[in-house]
Amino acid sequence: MNKKQKTILIRIITASLLLILLTVFRTEGILRFCLFLIPYLLVGYDVLKKALHGIIHAKPFDECLLMTVATLGAFAAGFIRDGDYTEAVAVMLFYQTGELFQSYAVGKSRKSITELMDISPEHALIPDEKGELIETDPEEVEIGTLIAVRPGEKIPLDGIVKKGSSSLDTSALTGESMPRDVTVGDEVISGCINKSGLLYIETTKEYSDSTVSKVMELIEDAGSRKSKSENFIAKFSRIYTPAVVLGAMALALLPPLFLLFTGNTPRWSEWVYRALIFLVISCPCALVVSIPLSFFAGLGAAGKKGVLIKGSNYLEALSEAGMMVFDKTGTLTKGVFEVTNIHPDKISENELLHMVAHAERFSNHPLAQSLKNAYGKEADGCTVEDAEEIPGKGVKTKVDGRIVCAGNEKLMADTIEGFTLPPCESCKNHTGTLVHVSVDGVYAGHILISDVVRPNSRKAIESLKKKGIKETVMLTGDRENVARAVADEVQVDRVYSGLLPQDKVNKLEELMQGRKDKTVFVGDGINDAPVLSRADIGIAMGALGSDAAIEAADIVLMDDDPLKIADAMAVSGKTLRIVKENIWFSIGVKAACLVLGALGLATMWTAVFADVGVMVIAVLNAMRCIRS
Amino acid sequence: MKKSYKIDVDCANCAQKMEDAAKKTAGVKDAVVNFMALKMKVEFEEGSDPDSVIKEVEKNCKAVESDCQIFY
Repeated sequence: MNKKQKTILIRIITASLLLILLTVFRTEGILRFCLFLIPYLLVGYDVLKKALHGIIHAKPFDECLLMTVATLGAFAAGFIRDGDYTEAVAVMLFYQTGELFQSYAVGKSRKSITELMDISPEHALIPDEKGELIETDPEEVEIGTLIAVRPGEKIPLDGIVKKGSSSLDTSALTGESMPRDVTVGDEVISGCINKSGLLYIETTKEYSDSTVSKVMELIEDAGSRKSKSENFIAKFSRIYTPAVVLGAMALALLPPLFLLFTGNTPRWSEWVYRALIFLVISCPCALVVSIPLSFFAGLGAAGKKGVLIKGSNYLEALSEAGMMVFDKTGTLTKGVFEVTNIHPDKISENELLHMVAHAERFSNHPLAQSLKNAYGKEADGCTVEDAEEIPGKGVKTKVDGRIVCAGNEKLMADTIEGFTLPPCESCKNHTGTLVHVSVDGVYAGHILISDVVRPNSRKAIESLKKKGIKETVMLTGDRENVARAVADEVQVDRVYSGLLPQDKVNKLEELMQGRKDKTVFVGDGINDAPVLSRADIGIAMGALGSDAAIEAADIVLMDDDPLKIADAMAVSGKTLRIVKENIWFSIGVKAACLVLGALGLATMWTAVFADVGVMVIAVLNAMRCIRS
Repeated sequence: MKKSYKIDVDCANCAQKMEDAAKKTAGVKDAVVNFMALKMKVEFEEGSDPDSVIKEVEKNCKAVESDCQIFY
C-alpha cells in the first residue's frame, strides 16, 4: 500500500468510528446535522473538491459529481424527513472504501504484470585498468566498450563475447527454459541472464538500440493501441454518464409532477431519493477499469510466454482469426540445410560422410557447412591437401592421399570415365540437393541435403485448427515438389509455390478477398515485411535480435517455435472471454439495479454494491488473464 | 521528437482525461497515456522546447485531474 492509500485508509477508519459514536449517542436537530458533517467531510472532502473542480472547468459529468450529488441529496432528504444522516455518510464511506480497494487491486496487478515483463538491467559493469568493476548506468555505455557480466546477472547491452564462456538463460525474452551456451565470438543479447561463468562482452549497440529497450518499448507502447472493446467502453461512458444524469433528473421530476397533475400527493422526497440511488448505481467504473486491465494482463501473460503483442487491438483480432497463411522457409521449416539421407555405394555411411566432410574442409559453400555439421568431429588427424574448388560443380581434394571429389552430376561426369548415375529409388522424388562423391575415380555414393520441417510445425497446425482456424495456407518461392512435400508433412490445407516476394502480397490479397474473419500471416520477417504488414495480423518468428522483424510485425515470437502461435491464440481467447464476461456482468447487474431503483425496490446499500461491489468483482475477474 | 515520462494517476478514466488534455496542449503533436504502465509518451512538434511544453502539459492535466503528476 502506498502513502496515498494509507492516508485514505486512516480517514475511512476514523470516519467509521465517528459514525458509530454518532449513532450510539443520539443528538437532535441542527447539532446532529453539524456533527454528522464531520465524518462526512473527513472521508469525502477530496470527492467534493474534485466535483467542484469539474464544475469550474466545465467538465462536470464524472463519478465524483455523481457521488457528491447523491450524498448531498441524502443529507437533504434526511434533513427534510427524519433527521437520519447515517445513509449519506455511509454511502460516501463505501464509495471511498471501494475506490481504495480498486486502487490497491490495480496497483497490485500492475506490479505483478510489470514484474513479469521486467527485463531491464540495473547497471553495466565496466572493468577499469586495475580490473576492478565499476557500476555504470547502461544508458551511458558507448558502443565498443568492454563490459563484464557476473554469473546471476542480466546482460545489460547487446554485444559479442570477448572472454569467458557460460550458459545463458533466455527465458525472460523467449519463455524458453533451455539454456543457451555461449563462448568467445558469440553474439549475445541483452536481457538474458548469465548462469554460470564470468563473461566479458564488447558492446555493439547503445542501450536505446539494445534488444532490452526495444522489447520494453514495445511492451509499453502496446497499451496505446486500443482494442475495439476499449474504444467501445470509452465511447459508451462518454454517452452513458450524461444520459444517466438526465435519467435521474427525469426520475426526480416527472413522476411527482405527473402525480401532482393527476391530483395525487407528489411525494417529492421519495422520488428524489430514488433518483439518487439511480445515480450511485450508474457509475461506469467497473467497465472503465476492468477492460483495459484485462488486456494489459493478457499482453503480460503472452509476453511471459515469449510472444510480444504490439497492441490490445491485435490481441483482440487474434481471437477472430479464421485463415492462417504461412511462409515456408524459415517458418514451417528451419531454413537451414541439413543432411537428411546418406546413400553410400560400396563403402559405409560413416566412411562416406567422413570423406565428404574432409573434402569440404576449406569450402565456404553453405552446403559444405551442413556436411561438416553432420559429421561433427571433422578436426581429426586426417590430412587434407590440394583443395580445389570447381565453380558450379563442387570440390576436389586429397584426403589421406586419396582423391575425393564431391559435387553435382557434372563433376562426377568430369572425374569418372563413362559415368552414368546409378538409379536410386528413395532419392527419385527428393526435395533437396544431392551431393555425389567419388573416391579415387570410383563412385562412392550420394548425400541428400534438404531443409527440414520444424519439429513442432505439424503439431502447431493441428492445435491452431482446434483453436478455431478454419483454413491454413502455405506460400513459398520454392519448387512445387518441395512445397508439396512440406505441405503434406505439416498438413496445411492449401499450398501455392513458385511465388516471388511481390507475388506473395498479391496472393495474400486474393486469399483475403471476401473473407469476413481475420487473416494472419506468419513469416520469419526476413524478406516478407510487405506481406506481414498487408495481413490483418502479421506474426514474425524467431525475431530475437532482429530489429527488422520486430518493426514489421504486429505480433513477435521471440523464439522460433510455431506452437507459440497457438499459445498466443489461447491467451487471446481467454482475455476476450473475460472481457465479455465483465461487460455483460457489469451492465447486466447495473441494468437490473437501475430498474429496481426506479421502481423504488432498491435501497442505497444495493446501489453501493452495484457500483463498488461489481467493480471489485470485475477487477478480480480481469486478473485471471494473467494466469493463462 | 518523442519522450516518455513517468506519471502518477489514480484511475483509468483520469488517465484518459490526462491524455486528452495533453493532446490539446500547444507544442504537442501527439500524446498517449498508458495507465497500466503509468507512462505518458509525448511527441513534440518540430522546434518546440520539450521542457517548457511538458510544464504546460502538466498544468493542463492538473486542470482536468487535480491529483495527477508528471515526473520530468
